Amino acid sequence: MESLLSYAFMQRALLAGFLISITCAILGVFLVLRRDAMIGHGLAHVTFGGVALGLFLYLTPLLVALGVAVFSALGILKLKERAGLYGDTAIGIISSLGMALGIILVSLAGSFNVDLFGYLFGNILAIDPEEVWMALILALVVLITIVLFYQEFVFLTFDPESARTSGVQVRRLDKLMAILTAVTVVLGMKVVGILLVSALLVMPAAAALQVARSFKEALMISASVAGISAIAGLVIAFYFDWPASGTIVAVSGLFFLVLFQARSYRKPAQEELNERV
Amino acid sequence: MSTNSSLIHVDNVSFNFHGLKVLQDISFSISPGDFLALIGPNGSGKTTLIRIILGILKPSSGRIVLMGEEVHQFTQWQRIGYVPQKATLLDPYFPASVREVVAMGLISLKRFPRLLTRQDESSIDKALDRVGLKGLKSRRIGELSGGQQQRVFIARAIVNGPDVLFLDEPTAGVDADTQARFYDMLAELNRKEGLTIVLITHDFGIITKHANKVACLNQRLFFHGTHEEFCSSQAVQDLLRGEHHLVCHRH
Ligand SMILES: Nc1ncnc2c1ncn2[C@@H]1O[C@H](COP(=O)(O)OP(=O)(O)OP(=O)(O)O)[C@@H](O)[C@H]1O
Ligand SMILES: [Mg+2]
Repeated sequence: MESLLSYAFMQRALLAGFLISITCAILGVFLVLRRDAMIGHGLAHVTFGGVALGLFLYLTPLLVALGVAVFSALGILKLKERAGLYGDTAIGIISSLGMALGIILVSLAGSFNVDLFGYLFGNILAIDPEEVWMALILALVVLITIVLFYQEFVFLTFDPESARTSGVQVRRLDKLMAILTAVTVVLGMKVVGILLVSALLVMPAAAALQVARSFKEALMISASVAGISAIAGLVIAFYFDWPASGTIVAVSGLFFLVLFQARSYRKPAQEELNERV
Repeated sequence: MSTNSSLIHVDNVSFNFHGLKVLQDISFSISPGDFLALIGPNGSGKTTLIRIILGILKPSSGRIVLMGEEVHQFTQWQRIGYVPQKATLLDPYFPASVREVVAMGLISLKRFPRLLTRQDESSIDKALDRVGLKGLKSRRIGELSGGQQQRVFIARAIVNGPDVLFLDEPTAGVDADTQARFYDMLAELNRKEGLTIVLITHDFGIITKHANKVACLNQRLFFHGTHEEFCSSQAVQDLLRGEHHLVCHRH
């Protein structure tokens, strides 16, 4: 472990990987329960277009991707509301447009280069200090926003109609959630790449939902699964020289299987069973 | 029907859904302290009307005034409680404890960032006690029976001490004992604390026993009046003849 931590790139990867994974996992619980799990997948494809645009224009790809992702997330929301499209159809439309744009730009630039490869499959081990700072700040902003709007988000996720008649500003919060998702997807892309980012959103949340009995518990389990998977995945990847992105996701997949099995063993606490109903 | 003395004013409301006329020219008022039973056959627009009153749906024409404010500008949500129809049809795997669900009802009382206090915890306990579920506070809601879930939603609707309670067939799937206790509790809140109640129901026993106003809906509002008028109305008798035996005397 000491030798591993003596590498600056490993320190950066562990720090960024840990915090970003936890952010994805917490937001993921909301997305999965809102039946929006695939939005991560869709936005990741859009992000491909954003990255390609950034590389094409010689701008910071991550920033361009961030802008494009936020714009698209709001677009998906609008399509759902205005055009009355199903969520997955709206995601399908926007994400394939993003991907198409990306393919055209990449071909115009004549460069399917190493950079782009890194964005597709993840390059957390190559994250530079500046990106670590950006990732830490963005992840904290997302987490703090979720804490501040916690009650609203939970109510909105559980029952949007009643939330509305309790004075919750449903449309505004939907927008906020879309923006948070876009930011989180771009962050997650830095860790595991475009092709696996939805796993960071969905896997820990799905694992947590196997056993959680309250919303707080679900968030806590999801975050723990994600945090442990990120660290364990990076350590394993380091020692066995495996790709970090695949390893992190595989570890979280193991967690899912374990909790899936544990589900049937989790019974209501004894004193509750004794309670007169 | 004056707007100022009424708590809720429904003014000429019509609602079309994809060209289908769901509601036509509905006008009536609800006064403070009313216990209004809203009845009508399946598909007659009862749920739609409540959703319009609460601003969830926009009427095709007409307007709603809630406590003196147009519904689309309404802000006093802490005065409203709502138990939607089939609240039991939620995702059975949703990870929310009974306590967390009831806590949602407190949100309208709070300012940003709406954190729960110790006093809120005791309000939650009190509301759960009222519906007889105090012991199940930390259970996951999906593990409860349908009737118990329904009671949790009732607790959520009353936890913030509303002035008006909207209930859309709240006791569908609730056992007879609990139903009786629940309606006694409602009647008590109505009498002692002046809680205004708007109740959608198919149960004529409740109308007979507790409601002081009745509205019959079938696309149009074809009856609206006091309980006594309801019982003596020839139109109502004709309409319900054969379907329900109306027992209109109270004990
Ligand atoms: N969003 C919607 N989707 C489909 N149909 C709708 C919608 N809104 C209203 N309707 C139509 O409006 C009519 C009234 O429906 P509503 O749910 O208000 O009836 P209801 O009186 O509450 O019936 P029930 O006793 O079965 O609950 C129905 O014919 C229904 O088809
Ligand atoms: Mg209905």
